[in-house]
Amino acid sequence: MKMFLKLAMALALVFSFAHAEAAELLNGAGATFPYPVYSAWAFDYNKVTGTRLNYQSIGSGGGIRQITERTVDFGASDAPLTPEQLGKDRLLQFPAVMGGVVPVVTIPGVKAGELKLDSNAVCNIYLGELKYWDDNRIKSLNPKVNLPHSGINVVHRSDGSGTTAIFTNYLSGVCPAWKNKVGAGTSVKWPVGIGGKGNEGVANYTKRTPNSIGYVEFAYAEQNKLSYTLLKNPAGNFVEPNFKTFEDAAATANFDPKKHFDLWLVNAPGKHAWPIAGATFILLAKEKTDSNKKVVKFFDWAFSNGDKKAKELVYVPLPKSLKDKIRAYWKANGI
Amino acid sequence: MPRTAKKNPVDNIFSLVTAAASFSVIILIIGILYVLVSESSLAIGRFGIWKFLSSTDWDPVKESFGALTNVYGTAFTTLLSLVIAIPVAIGIAIFVTEISPNFLKGPIGAAIELLAAIPSIIYGMWGLFTLSPIMSNHIEPFLKKIFGSVPLVGILFQGTPMGIDILTASVILSIMIIPFTASISRDSFNLTPSVVKESAYAIGATKWEVVKNVVIPYSKLGVFGGIVLSLGRALGETMAVAFVLGNNHRITTSLFDAAATITVTLANEFAEADTDIYLSSLFYLALVLFVMSFITLAIAKFFLLRAEKKYSR
Repeated sequence: MKMFLKLAMALALVFSFAHAEAAELLNGAGATFPYPVYSAWAFDYNKVTGTRLNYQSIGSGGGIRQITERTVDFGASDAPLTPEQLGKDRLLQFPAVMGGVVPVVTIPGVKAGELKLDSNAVCNIYLGELKYWDDNRIKSLNPKVNLPHSGINVVHRSDGSGTTAIFTNYLSGVCPAWKNKVGAGTSVKWPVGIGGKGNEGVANYTKRTPNSIGYVEFAYAEQNKLSYTLLKNPAGNFVEPNFKTFEDAAATANFDPKKHFDLWLVNAPGKHAWPIAGATFILLAKEKTDSNKKVVKFFDWAFSNGDKKAKELVYVPLPKSLKDKIRAYWKANGI
Repeated sequence: MPRTAKKNPVDNIFSLVTAAASFSVIILIIGILYVLVSESSLAIGRFGIWKFLSSTDWDPVKESFGALTNVYGTAFTTLLSLVIAIPVAIGIAIFVTEISPNFLKGPIGAAIELLAAIPSIIYGMWGLFTLSPIMSNHIEPFLKKIFGSVPLVGILFQGTPMGIDILTASVILSIMIIPFTASISRDSFNLTPSVVKESAYAIGATKWEVVKNVVIPYSKLGVFGGIVLSLGRALGETMAVAFVLGNNHRITTSLFDAAATITVTLANEFAEADTDIYLSSLFYLALVLFVMSFITLAIAKFFLLRAEKKYSR
C-alpha cells in the first residue's frame, strides 16, 4: 500500500511538471528553410522568457497540413497561401523572415559579380533555348566579359523546395513562355538541366562543372564562395545580391495585410531591389486566440530583438515598415 | 509435438511468443498495404492503374502524374547494379573460401561486413562529393571513348558525362549490395562438403575446375538466395542514390543520363508535395514499389523452391 502511494505521488509529480511544461511550450512545424533562424531565436527567447519553442522542420507541405488539422500552434510555409485557401481552412498568415535566391555560375575566367544577366537571358537559359555562353543575348549585356563558346550546363534542384518555388515564380513573372510551358511550383518539369539534391547539391554541381549555371539560397552562395551574377531588376538597374537589395525588395513590394500578405517577393519595383527573393510565412489557426497570442509574442520579440541573429545566419530581416504592417495585422485580427 | 507442448507451460509460452512475433509481421504488412492503398485512392481514381503505369509524365504544376519513368529508373539501376555486383561478390566469396591463405580470411570477411554496416546516407554523400567527380572526370569519358562508337552498345554511352547519372548510382548501389551477396555466397561455399572437394582434387582437378564443377553447383541455391536479398535491397535503397541520380523524370537510354527511381522521387518530393493529388500520387508510387518488390521476391522464391525440389531429389 505504501509502495502504491509512493508511486501515485511520483506519478502526480511527473504529471504536474508535464503540465507546467506544456503551458510554456510552443509547437510549430513546417518549412525547412527558416529552421536555423527560428531555432536561434527560440534559444534566445527561452533564455529571456522561459518559453520553449519546438519547431519541426518537416517541409512546407507538412506544415500546412498540420496547422490545417490543428495539431500544432503554428505552421510555417515558404509559399504564401492565397486568401481563398486561408479562408477555407480558417487560417491567418504573416511573413517572418526573408531569403534571397541567387543565380550562380562557374565560367573559367569570370569572377563573382562580373556577369550581368537579365530576366530574358535567365529564362531562355532555363528553357533550353539559349545554349551557349557567347550568345548575343548574353554578350550584349556583357561587352567587356570574355565569354567562351561553350554549351551552358544548367543545374536545378532535384527535390521539391521553396527555393525552386521562388525561382520559378520569378521566371513565370517575367517570362510568358516559361509560364505557359513550365509554370511555378516547389518542383516543376524542367525542360533542361541536371538536378542536384538540396542547396548543397546544386552548389556542388555548379562549382564542379565548368560553364554551368545554377540557383541557390543566398546563404549557400556566400558560404561556398560561388560566383553570383548581377541581375537586371524591373526598375532597369543591374543589382548585386546583398542584404540591402533584399531589404529594398521587401520595402517596395506590395505586401497587403488585407490579402494576408499573400505575395511572392519577386520582381519588386524598388530601384535597388533584388528581383528573386521570398519571405517565409507563419500560419495561425484563426480561432485559437490563446496560443496565437503566445506565438505572436514570440515573433514580436524576434522582430524587435532578432535582426542581428538573423543576419549572422544570412537571413534577411523584414524591413521596419513591413514589421509595422504585421503588428497592425495582428491587432486587427484580435491577437 | 503438441502433446509435449501441453506438458510444459514454458514451451507453450515460447511457441506463443514466436507465433505472435511472426503474425505481427503479417499484420504490419497488411497495415502498410492498407495505408498505401487508402492514401493513394485519390490518385488511383484520377489516373487509373494502366494510365498511371504507362504515363511518362510527371508534372506537379499541371498535376499530371505517371509512374513509368520511375519504374524504368528503378529497374534500370537495380539490374545494372546487380550486373556489377554479382561477379565481384562471387569473386570475393571464391577467394575467401577456396584461394586465400587462412590469415587473410578474417580481415577480408570483417571488411565485407563493415561495408554493410555503413549507413546509406554516408554512401550518398560520398557518392556526391567523391565518386561523382571521379566518374565524370575519368571513368565515364574513358568508357565513352571505348564504347561510344560501337553500334548498339554505343547508345548506352552517349551524352556529356556529368557524374550524376544511372552509372554512378548503380556503382554505389552495387557497393552497397556486394556485402549481402558476398557473405551469403561465402557461407554457401563453405557448406560444400570437403570430402567432395578433396575427391575432385584427388582425381587431378585444378582449382578452377573444382570451383566451377563442384563448389558452385553445390551452392548455387545459397548464392541465388543472396542475390535475391540484394535485389530487394537495391530496389528499396533511397538515400545513397538520391544524391547522385538527379531525379530526372525522363526515359533515357544512356548510362550518362540522370534518371529517377521510385524511392528517389519519394525522398526528393515528399516533404514539399503541396497539393493533395501530388501527395496521393507519391503514395501511389510507393504502392507500385511495394507490388514490384512483392512480385520480384515471389518469382525469386518460386525459382528457389523449384530448384530446391530438383536438388533434393
